[in-house]
Amino acid sequence: MDWHQLWTIISLPDNIPIVGMLFIIPFFTWFGLRQAFANDRLLAKLEADPKLARTHHRKTQPFQKGWARELPVWPYLMRMEFLAVVIVTFILMVWSITLDAPLEEPANPSLTMNPSKAPWYFLGLQEMLVYFDPWIAGVVMPTLIIIGLIVIPYIDENPLGNGYYTYKQRKFAIWTFISGFIILWCSMIVIGTLIRGPGWMWFWPGMTWDHNRLIFEINRDLHEIIGITSQPWIGIFGGLVVGGFVTAAGYGCHRLIIATEFTRKILGRMSLLQYAILQVLLIIMLALPVKILARLLFRIKYVWVTPWFNV
Amino acid sequence: MAVSKKAATKSTPSATNGSNGSRQLLGLTVDPQEIKQKALMDLKAIKQPTKTEVYKSIFRVKHDQTARSRTLGVLSNVFLHLHPARVNRDAVRFSFTWGMGGISFYLFWVLTWTGVLLMFYYHPTKVQAFRDILYLEHDVPFGKLLRNMHRWAAHAMVLTVQLHMFRVFLTGSYKKPRQFNWSVGVILLVLTLLLSFTGYLLPDDQLGFWAVTVGTNMARATPMLGHEGPFGPQFGMTPFNDVRFALLGGSIVDANALLRAYIWHCIAIPGFAATFMIVHFWRVRKDGGISGPNRIMLESEIKPLRR
Repeated sequence: MDWHQLWTIISLPDNIPIVGMLFIIPFFTWFGLRQAFANDRLLAKLEADPKLARTHHRKTQPFQKGWARELPVWPYLMRMEFLAVVIVTFILMVWSITLDAPLEEPANPSLTMNPSKAPWYFLGLQEMLVYFDPWIAGVVMPTLIIIGLIVIPYIDENPLGNGYYTYKQRKFAIWTFISGFIILWCSMIVIGTLIRGPGWMWFWPGMTWDHNRLIFEINRDLHEIIGITSQPWIGIFGGLVVGGFVTAAGYGCHRLIIATEFTRKILGRMSLLQYAILQVLLIIMLALPVKILARLLFRIKYVWVTPWFNV
Repeated sequence: MAVSKKAATKSTPSATNGSNGSRQLLGLTVDPQEIKQKALMDLKAIKQPTKTEVYKSIFRVKHDQTARSRTLGVLSNVFLHLHPARVNRDAVRFSFTWGMGGISFYLFWVLTWTGVLLMFYYHPTKVQAFRDILYLEHDVPFGKLLRNMHRWAAHAMVLTVQLHMFRVFLTGSYKKPRQFNWSVGVILLVLTLLLSFTGYLLPDDQLGFWAVTVGTNMARATPMLGHEGPFGPQFGMTPFNDVRFALLGGSIVDANALLRAYIWHCIAIPGFAATFMIVHFWRVRKDGGISGPNRIMLESEIKPLRR
């Protein structure tokens, strides 16, 4: 256990946000879901008692008697905003006084930094470079993430859970978002920051960053394992495998979409186009962990090799 | 001193010359009694500044606790009129909103101000850039604090924007009628990341240089538009005409890249971000304020879809 190495990585000023993220993201996930479960308990109560549901105020923190429904913004909201500004300013001041922004030597194209890392919020994408070619990890995936986020409101036809925390009524949406945001995006950032060392090699927390470390591992393409050697067949085989994955993943996602009475009802509200977009995005999102596992467990480099591109 | 005091005491109450104590001074008739009254009035006004004409001309609304004044105070103020006059009592609750949207906006302001101050000391040229940072760190009063604050506020903003999005997702606030505003918000998230990324190169040190090299190397692999991407060569892409060349203004990260990063960082992207923010805030209001906490809705109450 090399505590000094661990401390060197954690105490790097630029890594502070990631160390903060390790606490902040779980905290807010808990904070949000706690309120969701509170609402879910109320929902269960009201569903069991339709008579009560007709007259109930429908809130976990209802208005007390004599409370006005609306408050003047001045001073009730302004003072909250003022307080937030004061607190944020205070935190920023302390942060800026205690920790200096990093400044390395002057830029030198002939001296490569090892490891050379992107800014922390792009480390998820950089980590993806291990598993995919740059055109997928650096161009297609980011574009799809942005498009996928933008279309969320237009493919989510579930009218429930509008303006209140709930888990029960939006299981599918919440699981999708949490697996995308926390499991893929945040955890890959953490891996890229804290785990990846020189040569972008995997160093467990506490392992010394050995610049001379060599890892003897051979990544092979899938067709090499199967034993196909000549090109048209390699391409056709890869295409079939990818097609097979798309079919299987699409089927799996469809099973999830029709899993319960409620999700079937939501599917009934969706147009064909909405369903197709949802499927495409889910399949591509699923491809990421599948390829990661294929690499980490079976040392597979490419699944589909063609003269023009490799997947 | 004593003489003047004596003169003053002598002149104030009694009527020594003139009918009601007025004197001739430089051809003007001066009444000490009247001047004293006026001075007292001015003094009184200072004690109650809200009664002065200057105050009234600036704020136009009485500063008291009546609902009318509070409402007008918000509505007639250009900075505050972003807010509605009144909000749902729940909307001020931290547990629902987490305050992350507002904090992101405040951090954007912090970044604008610290950024403008940094611009006074910074030249986006290969010769000067790094030296300017050293100068800032060692010679400019509070220069180090300024730079630190700019960087940490940028990191914090990336985090708060993501948390804001997380909250909006968990509360389902992107649902009807706020779909479009979510999409605007995603654009703002992307602009935040781009702002931070373009700023990375500006100190012109090893950290920024290699981060931007790694980042823009990915652009080489853009399908059809990068010289190493799928179908790139078939579209005639070389290192000297592809999308990476357009981003960097060259085939390597050099002086042109520094200038381009500077202009994107200080002018273009803040402009886009400000524009989208205007739309974002405007739509928050127009779509009915913040989304909740709403009354929870039961599954049995879903209305059939009308297309």
